[in-house]
Amino acid sequence: MSDASRGNGAEPPIIRIRGLKTRLGGRAIHRNLDLDVRRGEVLGVVGGSGTGKSVLLRAIVGLVPIRAGTIEVFGENMAALSDAERRRIESRWGVLFQDGALFSSLTVAQNIEVPLKEHLDLSPELMSEIAAMKVALVGLPPDAGAKYPAELSGGMRKRAALARSLALDPELLFLDEPTAGLDPIAAAAFDNLIGDLQKSLGLTVFLVTHDLDTLITICDRIAVLVDKRVKIGTMTELLRDPHPWIQSYFRGPRGRSALAAQGVAGEG
Amino acid sequence: MAQEAWVEAGFREGAFVLRAGGAWRVRGAAALDRKLQSLDPGAARAARIDLAEVDSLDSAGAWLLLRTERALQTRGIEVSVENLRPEIEPLLRKVERSSQVVPPGRARRRGGRGYRDFARRVGEATFWCLAQAAELVSFLGLVTIVIARTLLRPRRLRFVSLVNHMERTGVTAMPIVGLISILIGVVLAYQGADQLRQFGAEIYTVNLLGVGILRELGILLTAIIVAGRSGSAFTAEIGAMKVHEEVDAMRTLGLDPVEILVLPRLFALLITLPLLGFYANFMGLLGGALMSYATLDINFPLFVRQLQSAIFGWTFWLGPLKAPFFAVVIAVVGCYQGLKVSQSAESVGRLTTVSVVESIFLVIVLDAGFSVVFSYLHV
Repeated sequence: MSDASRGNGAEPPIIRIRGLKTRLGGRAIHRNLDLDVRRGEVLGVVGGSGTGKSVLLRAIVGLVPIRAGTIEVFGENMAALSDAERRRIESRWGVLFQDGALFSSLTVAQNIEVPLKEHLDLSPELMSEIAAMKVALVGLPPDAGAKYPAELSGGMRKRAALARSLALDPELLFLDEPTAGLDPIAAAAFDNLIGDLQKSLGLTVFLVTHDLDTLITICDRIAVLVDKRVKIGTMTELLRDPHPWIQSYFRGPRGRSALAAQGVAGEG
Repeated sequence: MAQEAWVEAGFREGAFVLRAGGAWRVRGAAALDRKLQSLDPGAARAARIDLAEVDSLDSAGAWLLLRTERALQTRGIEVSVENLRPEIEPLLRKVERSSQVVPPGRARRRGGRGYRDFARRVGEATFWCLAQAAELVSFLGLVTIVIARTLLRPRRLRFVSLVNHMERTGVTAMPIVGLISILIGVVLAYQGADQLRQFGAEIYTVNLLGVGILRELGILLTAIIVAGRSGSAFTAEIGAMKVHEEVDAMRTLGLDPVEILVLPRLFALLITLPLLGFYANFMGLLGGALMSYATLDINFPLFVRQLQSAIFGWTFWLGPLKAPFFAVVIAVVGCYQGLKVSQSAESVGRLTTVSVVESIFLVIVLDAGFSVVFSYLHV
């Protein structure tokens, strides 16, 4: 993507949500939620447990039914698409699930080849070359491609899952708690990897996380889920927001130390 | 969006010139790949790759470019990349840096055809079978030790779990066991009557039914149904617990998986299988009696009288005698295969199949063994 397309107000948002309402188990999760994700940005989504961060992600990718409102991705209303059009859109985004969700009966390389086989007509040689390239791209050793997910450590599994979600070179990447369950060193390395890939591949990233360090290091803007809706802004804007949950989130002991470590100006 | 990817080859001033343009993305990669594979630089000593018109690039496209560049270099050709646009450069560098290691070819493909491979596979399968037998026997030994320990302290047997499994393996199996037994009784009576009528010996259909069902078919069919129903359930349940590390969690909590998972299932089958066998015998004879009445005019009192004269000595007790052995086979094989599941969904399916096939096979082998022993003992 060219620089001109980054954060340009004139360009339509890559994801546009209006008046979204979702329910899960008879409980309203979101009500009248509006959200825009701009092309080329990294949007961090935070919120307390049970506020529907993952549900929002799943609603956008179509895994959770929506009760009201519209979701547009790449300018297309997802609810109005035919199956074939939907599949075409789906091949333009990648999703990294919380536990990786790699297919346990396939090797890492075969996992990466699954979407390639499904959507494209590549020669087997090129396919295995691309798989090997993705394995290297996410920083895994070359022999990881021939291993089964059960033979990898948690951090390596996350990387392998990231490689699979990048298989079709998507424009849009959904990450559900990418650093959950990783040790701080691995988490920091994963943050760098995502930031690095985002810049070089020109990705738009929709990132659900609990990890304050991730938010501060790689996110351009942050969306906070409170009261069944979102408040969106940069870190500095949100620090000024009087909402009690936002204040306790960013100003709590963990928030403070993360902000201090990254040198973001806190006012308190 | 952007136009399709294209590539043109030509020669200028003795150098091989590749001009690329369009969107070099994964979607067009198949066509580009074919084109790039067929390039022939001839005897050129230098090559130039001109990227002036490439307006977008993704990592697959970058890989194709790099691969071409490297392929030319390995032929001893000097390659220069020209007119690289600044916005696509970071990606190209990123892919270049991370793919320094040459990707290996196709991963893990076990090859070999022909008779040598056949011999190898036969050998492997033989060893696999022997290993299975050895493992199964040692697992049976382990279970026996745990049973002995539990008998010393009967409180350790999980009573609620036992009753639950008795319901799931016994009570809920009654409809299907009953239905199949009735149908077998019907079929046996019909076929037997057909043959025996030729000698005017229709009444001996009752003997055929009595001996056939009570000695063999009743319990054998029950055991096969239970192996398919409950043996597979044992493997799948325990296997799913293995996948989610629940079995490991039990061990760390000081609980013995054999005691908690295997014993209730084993005892449940030990209790329910003889009962189911008895029920199957009854339903089989009932089906036979109905059919005898319908086609041979053998009424019910006559049927019972003839049955009494046909059944003597041990015949009635042979089924209940065999049932506990079948129960042990089904429960031990089912639980053992479940515990062997590794951390993949695929292994649950594979081992469930193995469990059912193995327990049915062993039940039939055991039954054949019993026949030999019984005939030797004249019972």
